[in-house]
Amino acid sequence: MDAMLHRETKRGGMTDDARQAPDVAGADIPLLQLDALVKRFGRFTAVDRLALDIKAGEFFALLGPSGCGKTTLLRMLAGFETPDAGRILLDGQDIAGIPPHQRPVNMMFQNYALFPHLSVQDNIAFGLKRAGLPREEIKARVTEMIALLKLESMERRKPDQLSGGQRQRVALARALARRPRLLLLDEPLAALDKKLRENTQAELMRLQRQLGMTFIVVTHDQEEAMMMADRIGVMNAGHLVQVATPRQLYEAPNSRWVAEFVGGVNIIDGKIASRDAGRVTIATPDAGGIIAAAPLQALTTDQVCVAIRPEKVRLSAHESAPDDDDAGGINRLAGVIAGISYLGGQTRYQIRLDSGAQLRASVANIARLDLDAFDPAQRVVAWFAPDDCVVLDR
Amino acid sequence: MKHLSRFNITSLTLGLAFLYLPIVVLVIYSFNASRLVTVWGGWSLRWYAEFFNDAAMLSAAAMSLRVGVVSATAATILGTLAAVALTRGESFRGRTLFSGMLYAPLVMPEVITGLSLLLLFVAVNAERGFWTVTIAHTTLTMCFVTVVVQSRLGSLDRSLEEAAMDLGCDPLRAFLKVTLPLILPSVAAGWMLAFTLSMDDLVIASFTTGPGSTTLPIRIYSEVRLGVKPEINAICTLIIGSIALVIIAASLASKLSSRQGESAAPL
Repeated sequence: MDAMLHRETKRGGMTDDARQAPDVAGADIPLLQLDALVKRFGRFTAVDRLALDIKAGEFFALLGPSGCGKTTLLRMLAGFETPDAGRILLDGQDIAGIPPHQRPVNMMFQNYALFPHLSVQDNIAFGLKRAGLPREEIKARVTEMIALLKLESMERRKPDQLSGGQRQRVALARALARRPRLLLLDEPLAALDKKLRENTQAELMRLQRQLGMTFIVVTHDQEEAMMMADRIGVMNAGHLVQVATPRQLYEAPNSRWVAEFVGGVNIIDGKIASRDAGRVTIATPDAGGIIAAAPLQALTTDQVCVAIRPEKVRLSAHESAPDDDDAGGINRLAGVIAGISYLGGQTRYQIRLDSGAQLRASVANIARLDLDAFDPAQRVVAWFAPDDCVVLDR
Repeated sequence: MKHLSRFNITSLTLGLAFLYLPIVVLVIYSFNASRLVTVWGGWSLRWYAEFFNDAAMLSAAAMSLRVGVVSATAATILGTLAAVALTRGESFRGRTLFSGMLYAPLVMPEVITGLSLLLLFVAVNAERGFWTVTIAHTTLTMCFVTVVVQSRLGSLDRSLEEAAMDLGCDPLRAFLKVTLPLILPSVAAGWMLAFTLSMDDLVIASFTTGPGSTTLPIRIYSEVRLGVKPEINAICTLIIGSIALVIIAASLASKLSSRQGESAAPL
């Protein structure tokens, strides 16, 4: 495969922080295309008319709450479930009817599904033997995989003699050994403890870039998805609600549901009062008039909500709030500190506004001494810029 | 452990004596030198030698062994397939009926099973002998194999087979390469169970056998009706010994199987 590296161009108004993604030269068709895919279990629709394109060399994450259909989608790609309608195109070819053992796709299972009666090297060689490769080739590839995943000196061990992290690496080696066009990972890090998980995330990214392979990972952990993936598809109730880069997803969610699902957020309900060049003013019962950047997508009604991320809410002691004239109008809300959670890198404040509504703010602890920390019940002004507000349908 | 009261010790002793004393007496008397079953005449291996020179008894034993091996093997293959169909098959029509019918021989009185098979063999005009007994024993023991194998299959992680298919196995090879090695101890335990059941069956065998193909239990039963010879004690001691060995082997096999099952389970 001729992997030409080029930087993805910026799209729309948002800064796109997509990593360098290798692309098949001259091929405009995406590696994987899902077209109006439907899967029902009895009366329950697990995946509903889902469409998605994934490019070669991409690290894609499917993110969603449990039961949203992400695992069903992955199992359809692997061939363990047959779609009720729609097409799965791999390199432009419909593979929906092809059984799992004939697909150029491999999967890493959530519980690893290592064969307990086979040693590490036999587990890795399992898929290669089925592919009918010559003996020397199998040996060479197993050695390569063992080196790639740092499994030296464990070749002869059985899975029950390995730690959780080692099992995870064997499972990965076994799935990678066949050099699939597409690697599916079902909650690959769910069974690992936190420290190991962070190392393994970096490891997965390194492997994906080194091999230039296309990864699709299913996860319910948004931090994990944002850390590893080039693009994230957020699923809810069988629908793909937003497909975007991690930054777009966080900073420009396309619905209230996504805004609330990905990261912490303050949501203030209101009604559009006026619009002028690039700005809208929203009348809210909880926070008065809020000036926000004009929404990127069309709204269905005037009944809207404003989403502000907690770290975009700045706090000042009463007197020292900034004046209105900088940055074209600042939203200022007065209140008292109602709760403080110190988390090391940041402190989360719960502010009770004068209207009685609650607002969350998180402040980075950039100095070791608590000179600029706020006290419980202290009166403060919470302020945030119009550009930090996202206006969404309610 | 709780302190045992005098009452508990007494009832335990009486219970065990009731269960095992006859067998112990039988074993001891098999080494009796006397011709009379009830009179002790000193230790001897005479009756064992007698048995190994008794052509009719030996041929009955050989017949039982052959029936046991063939029917246990057939029952193991069929019973394992049934267990796979019940645990792995998608819910096909009549699945409940199928599993119910499979377990029917477990509770069916042997007289009824034997009689109905006899009627069947007569109806199809099958010559009664080795094959009819073997078929009858296969139907009797298959459900036991299914029960043993099914419990193991049920605890086996389904994703192991999916992983095998993902790595290029068609469903049959996935079964042979992954599932079968993992359930093998249970399959072996099932075979041994089927073999023992076939070896000691009297009722069904006497319904379905024909002239010239007498199994060991039938032979013993007919000998005893003419009067108990000490030789019978010797044969029974041999049977008890071999069955005990088979049962120990079967329990070891299933222990091994469950230990593998634990290690196969996810964290």
